[in-house]
Amino acid sequence: MRGAGKRLACIFLGYGVKILSLLLAVSLLSFVLVTASPVDPVQQYILGLGTAVSPEQRAQLEAYWGVGQPPAQRYIGWLSRLLQGDLGQSALYRRPVADIIGERFQNSLALMLCAWVLSGLTGFGLGCVMGLYRDKWPDKILKKVCYILSSVPTFWLGLVFLLVFSVWLKWFPIGFSGPIGVQSSQVTWGQKLYHLILPAFTLSLMSFANIALHTRQKLVDVLNSEYVLFARARGEQDWALLRRHGLRNILLPALTLQFASFAELFGGSVMAENVFSYPGLGSAAAAAGLNSDVPLLLGVTLFSALFVCTGNLIANLLYGIVDPQIQEVAP
Amino acid sequence: MKTWNRRTKVLLLTAVMAALLIALYALGALIPDDAVASSIQNAKQPPSWEHPFGTDALGRDLFLRTLKGMAVSMTIGLAASAISAVVAVLVGVCAATGSRRVDACVGWVIDQVMSVPHTVLVILISFALGRGLRGLLVGIAATHWCSLARLIRGEVMQLRSQQYVAVSRKLGRSSGWILVHHLLPHLVPQFFVGLILMFPHAILHEASVSFLGFGLPPEQPAIGIILSESMRYLSAGMWWPAVLPGLALVLIVLLVDKLGDHLRMILDPYSAQE
Repeated sequence: MRGAGKRLACIFLGYGVKILSLLLAVSLLSFVLVTASPVDPVQQYILGLGTAVSPEQRAQLEAYWGVGQPPAQRYIGWLSRLLQGDLGQSALYRRPVADIIGERFQNSLALMLCAWVLSGLTGFGLGCVMGLYRDKWPDKILKKVCYILSSVPTFWLGLVFLLVFSVWLKWFPIGFSGPIGVQSSQVTWGQKLYHLILPAFTLSLMSFANIALHTRQKLVDVLNSEYVLFARARGEQDWALLRRHGLRNILLPALTLQFASFAELFGGSVMAENVFSYPGLGSAAAAAGLNSDVPLLLGVTLFSALFVCTGNLIANLLYGIVDPQIQEVAP
Repeated sequence: MKTWNRRTKVLLLTAVMAALLIALYALGALIPDDAVASSIQNAKQPPSWEHPFGTDALGRDLFLRTLKGMAVSMTIGLAASAISAVVAVLVGVCAATGSRRVDACVGWVIDQVMSVPHTVLVILISFALGRGLRGLLVGIAATHWCSLARLIRGEVMQLRSQQYVAVSRKLGRSSGWILVHHLLPHLVPQFFVGLILMFPHAILHEASVSFLGFGLPPEQPAIGIILSESMRYLSAGMWWPAVLPGLALVLIVLLVDKLGDHLRMILDPYSAQE
């Protein structure tokens, strides 16, 4: 038991170091990119405010970005403030970036979580159906559907859904996370959910093809194995086979894949949020880039990297801890 | 018809698809600018025989704009995926033939690029390079090489353990000679198939980023820009600028994807006997 604990600690430590180094590199990369851009963050902030600033405020801003200092020192100064939780001020929203990210992440999380669960369940279910009926007509049709869906851009699907369900059928609102003209604090949960359905549905359609095809392949492998042949010889039928032999073998890889797909999920949500004018991190990233709001863009980039790393960490841990086969092999 | 085997059929089909793509591209590239000039009296017309995709709010013919935009998208997609594929080969070969440390380093860089969502990374790069075509090209090229590089690394690793490589080494050939004569020829099909299969992704990313407003300037007829303009007229019931150009994009992407699949089948020596 002590050995297992030690092994766990080793795994955590290893991934911790790796993730820290990755995040550090992402911060360096994004800082370099932003400094290389023709946009001057100080000037842009003042422009974004649209009002005159006092010399003291300007000096404070210049101190924040380290104007006049060598690049390495600027980066270290920015990083140390970042680690203290100071992400800077957003000119676009006139609020601290940390507050904006915190608030918008709640919206994005709701959207991504709904889409993630929905795509995971439908993808897994359809993958099982495809595996069970392999090379028969349900499999062929579903495979075509998955294939086509993976070639459809998220934003176009969103546009078409918006057109069909919101403009023509009027089932769903055009966008936003609540009714227009109502304070965001007064929007009820029901209204939020109602505004969430269409973007979440769009986003989940984009990602279920991958998991369905993966599950199908795994199930086909299991069903071709000798122990399934033996089970069939004993008289087990399809669904019993799936329950007793299939699910246990294909659930973990599917779950791992689903956790490892956080990057695509986030990328998809950037598109979906922009089509549906949903106030999440993705629309903030696009707005920040278009309006040259440097601190917000940096903040969202770092946060998205953190989000993806968390997903990958969970995926790796799932394999390392839950799967007994890997436990045996791992040193 | 019956005398043709499957391989011949695939070969013919591939040729037809490639010809179709080239024809579409040439058509789009040859359309003069004044064919998509705006005319107010033709504005907001639904699809008809004269304008198969209808006209937009400025009276420009959407079918011609879509064709033109597709040519632009294809150029960008092809250039970006070519750069990406070359980078992938270089990185993959370096990782597989270099020392363990190089390999670990390359793996770490790939992890790093994969850890930022592609859309966000392209936004960041496009922002850093001042938007426009250059930012778009670099952004798409910088985000697409990872999976192909991993594939090529695996392939080279496997090739290096082959007996003929060991024999060649025992005969005193240098690593460079082995690389050029034994390893790289094996990677040529991988390279082309990887390039073609990367191409649809690159087009889709180009369209998405242009849609967000980071890619091409708004006067350029790109699919992403047409779709982003169409958003404004969606609630007024103008469905054609949103649906038809997007559908054309999906068809092109499917076509290229199928072409890549067929190419892989043709280049795969195991399917030669079928």
